[in-house]
Amino acid sequence: MGKTLAEKIWDDHIVRQADGEPDLLYIDLQLVHEVTSAQAFDGLRLAGRKVRRPDLTIATEDHNTPTLDILKPIADPVSKLQIDTLRNNAKEFGIRIHSLGDADQGVVHVVGPQLGITQPGMTIVCGDSHTSTHGAFGAIAFGIGTSEVEHVLATQTLPSRRPKTMAINVEGSLKPGVTAKDIILAIIAQIGTGGGQGYIIEYRGSAIRELSMEGRMTICNMSIEAGARAGLIAPDQKTFDYIKGKPHAPEDFAAAQAYWETLFTDADAQFDVEINLDADTLEPFVTWGTNPGQGLPLNASVPNPADFTDSEERGAAERALEYMGLTAGTPLKKIAIDTVFLGSCTNGRIEDLRAAASVIAGKRIAPKVRMLVVPGSERVRQQAMKEGLDKVFLDFGAEWRNAGCSMCLGMNPDQLAVGERSASTSNRNFEGRQGKGGRTHLVSPLVAAATAIRGTLSSPADL
Amino acid sequence: MEKFIKHTGTGVPLRRSNVDTDQIIPAVYLKRVTRSGFEDGLFSAWRNEPEFVLNKDEYKGGTVLVAGPEFGTGSSREHAVWALQNYGFKAVISSRFADIFRGNSLKGGLLTVILPQEAVEALWKAIEAVPSTAITVDLETRTVSYSDVTIPFELDDYTRWRLMEGLDDIGLTLKHTDSIDAFEAKRPSYKPKTLPIRI
Repeated sequence: MGKTLAEKIWDDHIVRQADGEPDLLYIDLQLVHEVTSAQAFDGLRLAGRKVRRPDLTIATEDHNTPTLDILKPIADPVSKLQIDTLRNNAKEFGIRIHSLGDADQGVVHVVGPQLGITQPGMTIVCGDSHTSTHGAFGAIAFGIGTSEVEHVLATQTLPSRRPKTMAINVEGSLKPGVTAKDIILAIIAQIGTGGGQGYIIEYRGSAIRELSMEGRMTICNMSIEAGARAGLIAPDQKTFDYIKGKPHAPEDFAAAQAYWETLFTDADAQFDVEINLDADTLEPFVTWGTNPGQGLPLNASVPNPADFTDSEERGAAERALEYMGLTAGTPLKKIAIDTVFLGSCTNGRIEDLRAAASVIAGKRIAPKVRMLVVPGSERVRQQAMKEGLDKVFLDFGAEWRNAGCSMCLGMNPDQLAVGERSASTSNRNFEGRQGKGGRTHLVSPLVAAATAIRGTLSSPADL
Repeated sequence: MEKFIKHTGTGVPLRRSNVDTDQIIPAVYLKRVTRSGFEDGLFSAWRNEPEFVLNKDEYKGGTVLVAGPEFGTGSSREHAVWALQNYGFKAVISSRFADIFRGNSLKGGLLTVILPQEAVEALWKAIEAVPSTAITVDLETRTVSYSDVTIPFELDDYTRWRLMEGLDDIGLTLKHTDSIDAFEAKRPSYKPKTLPIRI
């Protein structure tokens, strides 16, 4: 019997196998950031261990960084210490680092692909659950905890249990105004936040193949929101073209591509589970609750908890509506928004900025709405400025910021105030995720842009 | 890592599902560079609600958290495990854990025990009726027991052995450095490297 794509990559990275033990998996690349690495480097120091492969490791600063005045000393002393700690660790252990102000600084999952160090057939880890983003290139990429970060630094391997495989087939074509973000929000609403637990998801089908690399990254990025540690897409010509010309594209491109072309699921391979989704009927999607599975098409209304048959789901919906300050039956399009956030590892790439800019060009932001535009990396920021997108956003009335995770997580200065409501292109609508008491609706860049114009959750079709 | 063989303590019923790691410890508490002191951030958004279970006198000193399904979803932050441990929890029981959180907990010696949802419901009722109910989580026999109830749970032999011996994973892997060397010798040269830097 043939193998799935995930099984091929997994098998190519087994260093050691023994009965009853997890496979010892070789890791081709570890991405490092300030929040989940300090204790790992401390562990190395305590044990007198070195970083085995500094040349397969790269660090940047993203989570706990400001997006304004980035070249001034960081105001919060605790944040400053965390950033300084990463810089000192990188120096001590000989690791490449891209710090604030550097051309390659940015959200770790935007930086890897733009440097061309994210390639098909790799195993990639990072102390961040959205490492699944890199699966868009046909790599097994997953988030790990700090103990595992230390393990990979010391050994370049990770003991791992072979996951099960799930295929999500998305056939058909998306309607105009419907994007990769809507596909993944619809998938999570369908299978739930635990639906992918224990699986590597392979996204397949014509609608997936039609997506750009940016769109594929958006889909794989949110695999973790469906409970799957990793999600991937078979590489194709689009993948190869994206890598070609990037700084770290293989010198022997032909040899690399010959291997990459073997990376697909064999016709006679069996997935443990298969799920189908129809792209033709998809609508722009938005979340109404406090987990990413609580989503609905934008044309729907806030659900009534009493309509949920499962008692757990009913209780969760009741709590979510209370936290979100929403009343059952309210059309989602009537929900007024205070803040629009465009950015993050989910939707902070150049294509996302272009999409939003195309909607708002020549228009004015709704009164009392603020919009933060945060490029995923300094390179994305530079590219956007070259295209004049910064001016489009500024003329519209949005704020044009420096690169970082920004308002995706309530850690750095960019946060929602208590009770404030956002339409956000990020990945998590958990209670307090964007700041204590903040209320988050997850949306695509197109919906974010239309919402900023109208002040209520909207799609470009409503303009 | 401290060995885990058997633990007996009282329980804390957390009747919520989908408790993500942002609820266990919000991002604003992740700025520290140590592994200790995270207990003040544990469930911080709920700690000022008088009705929240950790604020109730009868559950003070509880060491076994009994949680709803999908516990630990979201962010990979191991700080969630440290916060629970720093607060004093030794074990967490749920019908479903998110993968990364479970991996982190078992690396760090916080035992996460999967029981069927009916067993979790029964345990909630027992603790709520008698908060001083002693709960024993026994890794030797792979059972949870309280009052006259004993429920078996599954945990693979390898992880159980590692926890019972308190073994450091890195130390175990470093015994196989020869295998890693051999693997690296055969890695294709087109695989990317981060150094030297190319622009």
